[in-house]
Amino acid sequence: MSFFAAWDSWFPTLLNGLWVSVRVAGLSLLLGLPAGLLLALGSSTKRRPVRWLVIGLVELGRGMPALVMLQIVYFGLPSAGLTLSAFVSAAIAFALTTAAYTSEILRGGLQAVPAGEVEAAEALGMARRDTLRFIVIPQGVRIAIPPLMGFAILIFQVTSLAYTIALPELTSQAYSIGSSSFRYTSVFVLAALLYLAVTIPTSFLTERVENRLARHL
Amino acid sequence: MHMFLTIFAGVPTTLLITVASLALGMLGGIPLVLGRRSRFRALRMVSRFLIETLRGIPPLVWLFLIFFGFGSSMTWMTALMASIFGLGLISCAYMAEIYRGGLSAISAGQWEAAEALGMNHRSVLSKVIGPQVFRVSIPAAATYGIGLLKDSSVAFTIGVTDILFRATAQSYQTRDALTPFLIAGLVYIIITIPSAWGSRWLDARLKNRVAR
Repeated sequence: MSFFAAWDSWFPTLLNGLWVSVRVAGLSLLLGLPAGLLLALGSSTKRRPVRWLVIGLVELGRGMPALVMLQIVYFGLPSAGLTLSAFVSAAIAFALTTAAYTSEILRGGLQAVPAGEVEAAEALGMARRDTLRFIVIPQGVRIAIPPLMGFAILIFQVTSLAYTIALPELTSQAYSIGSSSFRYTSVFVLAALLYLAVTIPTSFLTERVENRLARHL
Repeated sequence: MHMFLTIFAGVPTTLLITVASLALGMLGGIPLVLGRRSRFRALRMVSRFLIETLRGIPPLVWLFLIFFGFGSSMTWMTALMASIFGLGLISCAYMAEIYRGGLSAISAGQWEAAEALGMNHRSVLSKVIGPQVFRVSIPAAATYGIGLLKDSSVAFTIGVTDILFRATAQSYQTRDALTPFLIAGLVYIIITIPSAWGSRWLDARLKNRVAR
């Protein structure tokens, strides 16, 4: 019984931590997804210098671990004259990672739109920009929704890395309870259950959305 | 240059964690995927539950749970072992899902053909389907492995002397908070790019050894 003994007293603290995690993940997605779409368009443009520059940026962003990105933003930027709070640093670092990863997911979605539709739009005399806006992007983004949801689950888990910059999210809260009570196993099991409470339902939802979208393609 | 070499010396540790935990995952993924595709509903549900649990908890939390939690009663466990074990557990779940995708890529006709030849279920799986699933799964497994290489950086939080750990140590020593981390990022990129090329080459070689 002692394993669960202090769970009720830890729960509110951990729940606060979970809320911080959710907020960081939400803000990263909010900032990162539009940037990812821009990068996806940039990496499939016909202009070679633009395309290469964008592909280079994406490869840099994907090649660097999110944890390293976080250390650069939080510890490194102040020496370049830009000091940010732990919360903002985490959101920015994970938004950069999000942009790089989702650009590849979105590019896959955009490419999955049949070329015949683009040709048809051109034959109707639509401007390239309108084709992109009304034909390619709405369908491409829709195809990309299930993998994007999968990525959202990952970025939610990635927020645990913000423990290293002392952001009071779920993992840091659990760690500080653990280091004062020396009951690491118990507190981390509770923290893990809280993570699962978010990730498992989202994962099931992703599967349902995937099945539903597959019907219309 | 000295700083670069010091940080670069963390590469073997990072590679060891990645390769060892990927190997654990490639083995452990097999029973999980077989359970996931079993005829018995209970077994399917247990495997599904295990996969979701392993994947649904952040790697950092797994490492803390294993190293600080279980590790406190298992004094023989080093930080390196804990990180290999933790990332290996997660890899089992991801590899099981990759194998599942590979299994569905093998056409049903091959099962029927092998059965028509009088092979039993087990030998169809181990002699006909299994080897092809491995080959089909290689690109996805390689992509996962490259992701794992970057995820292995969480091991620095429990004191494994990998690339990021050395970068952090350098930043304390030199009081330069930017350069060591930029170098660490560069080192990760340097080692992931050849891995990506290697996996593409391997995939191209094995692709024509799968019957479609």
